[in-house]
Amino acid sequence: MPSFARSFNKTTLALATAAAASLALPSANAAEVEVLHWWTSGGEARAANVLKELMEAEGYGWEDFAVAGGGGETAMTVLKSRAMSGNPPSAAQIKGPEIQEWGELGLLGELDEVAEAEGWDELLPPTVAEVMRHDGSYVAVPVNVHRVNWLWANPEVLEAAGVEMPTTLDELFSAGEAIREAGYIPLAHGGQAWQDATVFETVLLATGGTEFYQQALVELDEEALGGEQMVEALETFKRLRELMDDDMSGRDWNIATSMVIEGTAGMQLMGDWAKGEFTAAGLTAGEDYLCAAAPGTQDAFTFNIDSLAMFRVEGEEREAQQALARLVLEPTFQEAFNLAKGSIPARPDLDMGEFDSCAQQSMQDFQRTAEEDGLVPSMAHGMAVRADVQGAIFDVVTNYFNSRDMAAEEAARRMVNAAQAAL
Amino acid sequence: MSLSSYAAQPATGPGSRRSRSGPLQAWLPKLVLAPSVAISLCFVYGFMLWTFILSLTNSRMLPSYDFVGFAQYARLMANDRWWVASTNLVLFGGLFVAICLALGLLLAILLDQRIRQEGALRTLYLYPMALSFIVTGVVWKWLLNPGLGIQAMVRGWGFENFRFDWLVDPDMAVYTLVIAAVWQASGFVMALFLAGLRGVDDSILKAAQLDGASLPRIYWRVVIPCLRPVVFSAVMILSHIAIKSFDLVVALTGGGPGYASDLPATFMYAHAFTRAQIGLGSASAMLMLGGVLAILIPYLYSELRNRRHG
Repeated sequence: MPSFARSFNKTTLALATAAAASLALPSANAAEVEVLHWWTSGGEARAANVLKELMEAEGYGWEDFAVAGGGGETAMTVLKSRAMSGNPPSAAQIKGPEIQEWGELGLLGELDEVAEAEGWDELLPPTVAEVMRHDGSYVAVPVNVHRVNWLWANPEVLEAAGVEMPTTLDELFSAGEAIREAGYIPLAHGGQAWQDATVFETVLLATGGTEFYQQALVELDEEALGGEQMVEALETFKRLRELMDDDMSGRDWNIATSMVIEGTAGMQLMGDWAKGEFTAAGLTAGEDYLCAAAPGTQDAFTFNIDSLAMFRVEGEEREAQQALARLVLEPTFQEAFNLAKGSIPARPDLDMGEFDSCAQQSMQDFQRTAEEDGLVPSMAHGMAVRADVQGAIFDVVTNYFNSRDMAAEEAARRMVNAAQAAL
Repeated sequence: MSLSSYAAQPATGPGSRRSRSGPLQAWLPKLVLAPSVAISLCFVYGFMLWTFILSLTNSRMLPSYDFVGFAQYARLMANDRWWVASTNLVLFGGLFVAICLALGLLLAILLDQRIRQEGALRTLYLYPMALSFIVTGVVWKWLLNPGLGIQAMVRGWGFENFRFDWLVDPDMAVYTLVIAAVWQASGFVMALFLAGLRGVDDSILKAAQLDGASLPRIYWRVVIPCLRPVVFSAVMILSHIAIKSFDLVVALTGGGPGYASDLPATFMYAHAFTRAQIGLGSASAMLMLGGVLAILIPYLYSELRNRRHG
């Protein structure tokens, strides 16, 4: 019965896609791609425009399908309704395990010809390439790489407190105490579930290392999720709360970053999109603000990769789509886009001369950790597990972090339940 | 049930009288009503049915039709966050309805004393209703923020130990929702009660006065019992506002700290639309519908019964 239902479902989907393709053909221009994305803020929109110009230079049309809303929730809702009605765009900004989910629905088209011609296997680190593949074929192309495990700091506050940039968790706690005594908030934070989870995964990486991180947050190994190392990570995570201010609940991440910019807070644990805020405030990396790998995670790189997944389309639209995939990984676009976005290029072989010191360090660490097996996918940013498991883990983390009396053992037990709860 | 009665009424009532002027006239009311009946059948009841069907499947990111029976409901019952949301709804809904009724009635009685500038005052009280819950939420978020709002202000006056940090306290956050929602809706309830008070027959009041009853006694024994139907509609409207509450939570607390101030509506949205759990989200939506029906059915029942008697 269920298998019948599934195959029935696949057939309807296939039929629907076919119907949509035949409907779309007469109306669409000869070779045009439609790209759904949520790069709508100033710098991002300019960066996306670079891709549009590259496509047009090669004689392809570009139909922009931008849906505003930072986290892409709105865009995903639109995409789902488009896909359900059998009329998906040529490409959409989909990332992480979600690529697999779309792939399982049979909606994605493969890019193997382009990948082979361009040598993606050699170009991309294996960990990254794996995310882009479904069933062994490339179905998506990476646009950029964000590093999540960063520590940002205001040098004036550090100086006033007489501390250096911390490199271990112990140093972080002692530096935090000194900053508090100097009259500043040690750690700026926004109390939203994803921000709690961002800090949590960084602490887990610092206390347990990459192997434990893989076991717990990628493979969802029950012993790792409920074990002593998890309890230790949770306890350290909770201790960080003492370094934060009381008003953090519900605060947006960029407000927290502006606390570091204005010098009311000393440090922040946040991904490198925070750099966009520092840059927008006219600050220079290494002088007006400091960046370093989050304490204790120098040998690891938690990645959050934006990518464009390709839907199954036919004929000339497919040709244009393949060209799009090729252009995304070309140096011109990679450089222009990532300079605007604050992230680093997805291919490690580019010249980083134009980038600031934080991005250069990020690229060095990316290459180094890729060789040393230190690349781990970010759970908090949807790179490690499916959305439903991620949501269940978010619930445990944020509830534990905000509760006064929940023990770390209890939270670890719930973590195991969360991993099992996905149907 | 109500639909068919709406559709039938004009046809048998005025329609039969006009049937002299041709068959078209007899059919016209039905024709005119048919599109809206069809639309609401499809887009309201049809989608309710679809949601129910989805709640029986293991739909994740897109709707699928792998039926799993009531497994999603079982998962929902085992979900800690759902229970937090439901408990919050009982707390929030109960307090919101009760306080709004009490406050609205009090304001209405005070306004009913034939005072000067009544119109201006009434507008003033009613004004919050004109605002969107999003605006109310954001404004109260600033007022209740310990570092910016009321707490900071009172401390600025010199009361250093003053504490009012409910917004960031997991145990108290749900009460901040009550504060904002009451602020928003009590003026509206006042308007309802005021209309009701104006409808009370003066001769009854005069009779009570002649009997020597004091003013509070007149209100307690005579006027308020007359307002029973108003109370009833107010409870209806308020409780379904409470069950639907979504924008207020999103703007005021974001469901936080953690998920301490989550309500079923925000739970449903999070699971169906951002967490790729359409099945679980649909199950929670069905339970919310159940909640609404639990209030609506007794109401419809009593309404219809009254009409039959009348």
